[in-house]
Amino acid sequence: MKDLQLKSQRFRAEREWDWRRLDGLLQRVEQRSAASLSDEELLAIPVLYRSALSSLSVARATSLDHNLIDYLESLSTRAYFFVYGARSRLRERLASFFMETWPASVKSLWRETLVSLAISVVATIVGYVLVMQDPGWFNAFVGQGLSAGRDPTATTKFLHDTLYDTAAAKQPLALLASEIFTNNAGVAIWAFALGFAFCIPTIFLLIQNGLMLGAFLALYISRGLGFELGGWLLIHGATELFAIVLGGAAGLRVGWNVIFPGDRTRLDAAATAGRSAAGVLAGVVIMLLFAGLLEGFARQLINTDWIRYAIAGATLTIWLAYFYLPRPKRSGA
Amino acid sequence: MTVQGQARPAKPLKAPKPPKPTGPAARLREFVTPEGVDLRLRIGDAGERAAAFILDVVFLFGAILVLWIVLVLVFSAFRLTGQKDMADAAEVVWVLGFFLLSNAYFIVLELTPRAATFGKRIMGLRVASRDGGRLTAEAVFARNAMREIEIFLPLQFIAASIGSVVDPIDGWLALLGFGWSLGFAFFPLFNRDRLRVGDFVAGTWVVKAPKERLSIDLLDAVEAGRAQFAFTPEQAGAYGIKELHVLEDVLRRRDRKTMAAVATRIRGKIGWHAADGESDLAFLSAYYAALRGRLETRLLFGHRRKDKFDTA
Repeated sequence: MKDLQLKSQRFRAEREWDWRRLDGLLQRVEQRSAASLSDEELLAIPVLYRSALSSLSVARATSLDHNLIDYLESLSTRAYFFVYGARSRLRERLASFFMETWPASVKSLWRETLVSLAISVVATIVGYVLVMQDPGWFNAFVGQGLSAGRDPTATTKFLHDTLYDTAAAKQPLALLASEIFTNNAGVAIWAFALGFAFCIPTIFLLIQNGLMLGAFLALYISRGLGFELGGWLLIHGATELFAIVLGGAAGLRVGWNVIFPGDRTRLDAAATAGRSAAGVLAGVVIMLLFAGLLEGFARQLINTDWIRYAIAGATLTIWLAYFYLPRPKRSGA
Repeated sequence: MTVQGQARPAKPLKAPKPPKPTGPAARLREFVTPEGVDLRLRIGDAGERAAAFILDVVFLFGAILVLWIVLVLVFSAFRLTGQKDMADAAEVVWVLGFFLLSNAYFIVLELTPRAATFGKRIMGLRVASRDGGRLTAEAVFARNAMREIEIFLPLQFIAASIGSVVDPIDGWLALLGFGWSLGFAFFPLFNRDRLRVGDFVAGTWVVKAPKERLSIDLLDAVEAGRAQFAFTPEQAGAYGIKELHVLEDVLRRRDRKTMAAVATRIRGKIGWHAADGESDLAFLSAYYAALRGRLETRLLFGHRRKDKFDTA
């Protein structure tokens, strides 16, 4: 047995084995996953972590070995992230997202949702009234590429045909659906991110969207196609417009809290707002996936107005019930 | 638990500013675990963050390119054999695959136990929650959704200005917008913790996650020749902790020239006459042991001698 001169040397010799054991376990977790450890090893990690932390405190106070202290800091940090990090499995995470996080975060954003809805409705009405008075406004609200010939100069027959799949399906439906989905999801994430710039771009996007909607409504209603347009629009729009309103609400929540953090610091306020808004946004992307499927498939395949309305009503009811109906609290939650 | 920016005491008027820490110390942040130990996290600096992002972009482009090439081959194979349905399916896979890859790459990798994309792993970085709590899926989602305004907004304005060469007013507007959006892109440079907009909104930060290796205790190496080197207390106490750490670095690196230079300096300072055949390594190891022994003993009595000028 070597005779160890210094206290710090003895200290290290006594504990080194534990450190190396923790190091090895963390190595396996980081390279593979927590599932590669046995139950016994999993339970050992928090104990070893605490002993590494106490070693670190002692080493800082008594040892002047630089390498040792660096090593213990890095080891404790890695163990900290494991012990206090999220380790739940994907399935549990998904389940808790659908059961709790999503509806709860949508519900907590009710004020922003109402504001976002109000902005959209007002913009739609303004767009409608303006185009009704002077069809020249139409081109100002709807881009040329988007209107694809559906403008005030088009014949009523042509407008009617665009609502029903007479010859429109030049594209395979699955492709149409996936393109609609990726495009809309991109816009929703965009609206959320722009909220950071003090809400203004998000409000602008909502207004633009509303004006466009109003312009189309005015065009079709002036030709006596209002009811038909409603079915064509709402079969997916019940989901899609709802998603847009929620996406806008998420952006508003972030922007508002950045401007007016209240009695918290701006950093804290932004972080809390950002997290709850992101929960809503993840849900919005899922809603848009549904909307894309409805728009790509159902709208092209179903040409009866009342079935379109029925689907619209059903989806809207389901969303509202899912988000806003009070649900029994889980015991212990 | 420490929350950045919390409990900032009101500054008294005209209080002299404490000197800004520079060098590596400027990037150390107090981070107290629930057990009450400060882990002293080091935040990733701007260069490391940028390098990690560039690596990620390269990987992402590579993956998308591979997907594209494979699907173009599949698509044309089906086209040539006349299977139109399958060719359409390949196109759908491309549209969805592109969307998934570009959005999920960052999110999925940051949700793994390593909490880092491949670029960050290479740079030794990881994402962590600023409040010391768990890194939630919402936070990861939020910090990556914000990339839209950090990266794509400036790019869009560039595209707009290129597209509007004919109209000078549009061009100037685009330039103005570009300048505005650069504020988001360079946000990390304007705050102490190098938070990008996404970190700001998600309550996260990016810290170094270095993997230090435990090397040998230098004291173990000197046991053999201890008797040969008997330093007097004055000789053993000529330096402080700062010099001890420099000596430790020299001994761990074992560069012959540096060791010779350092040994000469120390011998001169303490007035040590080298015996015949005394190697620099043996002398330095023995002196390291003696100095550390003395400093640690004094440490136990509450004296932490910073450097050789510290006479307390």
